[in-house]
Amino acid sequence: MKVLMFGWEFPPYNSGGLGVACLGLTRALSELGLDITFVLPKRVPIESSHCKLCFADSYGAISLRKVDTCLTPYITSDQYGKMKGRVPGMYGETLFDEVLRYSLLARDIARDTDFDIIHAHDWLSFLAGVEAKKVSGKPLVVHVHATEFDRVGNGPVNQFVYDIEREGLGEADKIIAVSHFTKNILVEKYGVPAEKIEVVHNGIDERDFVAETSVPEFVSRLKKTGKKIVLFVGRITLQKGPDYFVKVAKKVTEYLKDVYFVVSGSGDMEGRMIEDVARAGLSEKFVFTGFLRGSELDSIYHSADLYIMPSVSEPFGIAPLEAVMQGAPALISRQSGVSEVLTHSLKADFWDIDDMANKAIAVLEHPALQKTLSKHSRKQAKDISWNEAAQKCILLYNEL
Amino acid sequence: MRIKRYRVFDIGHDRNYFVGGEGKTNNEMILNKVAEKCYIPANKVILNLLKKHPEFRVSYSLSGVFLDQLREYAPHVLKSFQDLVATGQVELLSETYYHSLSFLYSKEEFRTQVRAHQKLIEELFGVTPTVFRNTELIYNNDIAREAEHLGFSAILAEGADHILGWRSPNFVYSPPETKHIRLLLKNYRLSDDIAFRFGSRDWKDYPLTSEKFANWISSHNGSGQTINLFMDYETFGEHQWEDTGIFHFLEALPAEVLKNRDNNFLTPSEVAERYSPVGELDVEHFMSWADIERDLSAWRSNDMQNEALRAVYDLERAVLASGNEEIAKDWRRLLTSDHFYYMCTKWFADGDVHKYFNPYETPYDAFISFMNVLKDMKLRLEDSERGQAHTVPIKKVYSVI
Repeated sequence: MKVLMFGWEFPPYNSGGLGVACLGLTRALSELGLDITFVLPKRVPIESSHCKLCFADSYGAISLRKVDTCLTPYITSDQYGKMKGRVPGMYGETLFDEVLRYSLLARDIARDTDFDIIHAHDWLSFLAGVEAKKVSGKPLVVHVHATEFDRVGNGPVNQFVYDIEREGLGEADKIIAVSHFTKNILVEKYGVPAEKIEVVHNGIDERDFVAETSVPEFVSRLKKTGKKIVLFVGRITLQKGPDYFVKVAKKVTEYLKDVYFVVSGSGDMEGRMIEDVARAGLSEKFVFTGFLRGSELDSIYHSADLYIMPSVSEPFGIAPLEAVMQGAPALISRQSGVSEVLTHSLKADFWDIDDMANKAIAVLEHPALQKTLSKHSRKQAKDISWNEAAQKCILLYNEL
Repeated sequence: MRIKRYRVFDIGHDRNYFVGGEGKTNNEMILNKVAEKCYIPANKVILNLLKKHPEFRVSYSLSGVFLDQLREYAPHVLKSFQDLVATGQVELLSETYYHSLSFLYSKEEFRTQVRAHQKLIEELFGVTPTVFRNTELIYNNDIAREAEHLGFSAILAEGADHILGWRSPNFVYSPPETKHIRLLLKNYRLSDDIAFRFGSRDWKDYPLTSEKFANWISSHNGSGQTINLFMDYETFGEHQWEDTGIFHFLEALPAEVLKNRDNNFLTPSEVAERYSPVGELDVEHFMSWADIERDLSAWRSNDMQNEALRAVYDLERAVLASGNEEIAKDWRRLLTSDHFYYMCTKWFADGDVHKYFNPYETPYDAFISFMNVLKDMKLRLEDSERGQAHTVPIKKVYSVI
């Protein structure tokens, strides 16, 4: 079976979980014998052994001025406008233009490529998927890794994004949601019939983790003196709940002195988070590492006594799986997809600071709890595999 | 008996560990719910059966924690149990007052709890138990010897395959190095046919009728002395809901069994009196009736359980030294085996029986509340110690004068 996939990013040129998920899924699908052409909107210097990569911007069918984009799957149109304003030498393209351009290029790719199924990941590539369906008549699967509602929290939804999402969901022959949490949003806020949606949880690939990691110097010094490390990993944006992390940290430090909080990631709320930390009088207890990837990230996970994901709305959330693979117990928001599969974890509502602090303190105080959680969650994460996700996708392809 | 969600912030502020919990941790609500579904209707059925068949016998093992809750939340249910015992056809068994694992951790506490339970049964029912069953049928040679030492005529245990081998659970045995105590073994196949499989539609013997079951029992005639059926009372109406027909089954069973003149009903002490042991059964390692393993792993197979057990029994000396009855009562309620069962991570992810019985979202939540409560207990012990330290010198001064 041949699949034409439209995505937006691919490791190592990724800003978050979408790229990681696309890599994991395509690799598992190809191991199950599927032939995948993965389309990215613009050329990046990467190669893939398991699937054919295709870059829309260098596609020969129509000549196109190459445009650098500062798009990531995680920004809204307003933020995009602001970012563009700060980047010199930019043309006046809007987000709408870029998404449209991608969809136009998708037509040519679809005409020239041999495939049986179209599979489009998230809203930025939905229109590309829809266009490919129009020219080929092949069935379209759209894969929802996040919705506009996850990205904006309680803020106003961007109509433009919402409309594209609705169009993709409407045109699709089948929809994949990364969790029941996300499926519910699609049913409740997009009016999608529940039976059109299949839940396929993300997975994790054990091979991606190195067994031995070296602990960063500043962390190993803290640990040598008996200090505990609590970790936040992710984009520092509203969706990830960094403000709740600071509130929990404040509560925890009222009970335990020797605890340090490490924040790995970057994002538009970073400045505010640093200010929050200062206001709470916790600057000495916080370490901001910036965005980490690969073995650096692994080693941070490895040295953590507890990983907290206080996300406000997390369609899936792969980071807790990465954390537990490195032996760090996870305290995760109930408002997440990953909490549906990582049952060996502590769970709390993101707004319930007391509950989160209570659980965090317990882990830091009781090595028995930390050890039991760590042991069982690691074992469980190994079973949450991309292979299983890929098999579900194939079943779904076969129905179409 | 469940601890409510007890957070670190409650330490030093809230001493009602067992009152006012949310959802499944609300003991009063759970007791009343189970009373409606099981205790009240089941007691009614049993009472009618006892009246209808004077030769019918039943035994109950009612823990002190259970009876305390009945006294507090459902005295009418307690009354219905008293009515059953008053027929003279019902035997009450002895166990540890707090349904605890105390035998494994403190012989002293174990004896205290057995005595306290005996006293409670005498007070409430006017009878003295003579047969012992340990918490969750936890058993080995040492427990049998201890039970004999405490004066019991028989003790119950699981008829586990790994202990019996080729032997049958349907005979009376004697534990090694004992003089007179009898060992009665649960026939787990026949017991579980009712307790676990009764309402299961994919079971080959579904539906189980009283006639069919009575025939299974009769088929053992000539090759056994007794068939010990032992199960959670909640089987009737709670684990097996009324709509499975479980009450109709129960109502019809004695008559069906008695149709065969070779059958009769006996209480455990009557069995112990009537039959001589066919041999010695050596049980060196602990066994129980829990899970397929039939061992102690339901209560102590992970670090959390071991840590919680160690920590709570570590307080024993301080609790007793405090002489504070209220603290001692709360401490003993923390010894109930269920708290450690809820911390079990075995099979947790598979959503089996452990999950069904667990009122907490995860085993980790059970551990967290438990350990927070222990911290509060420690504060209370410190307070109480300070209180004593304060009064002692005054007395001394007084005596000098």
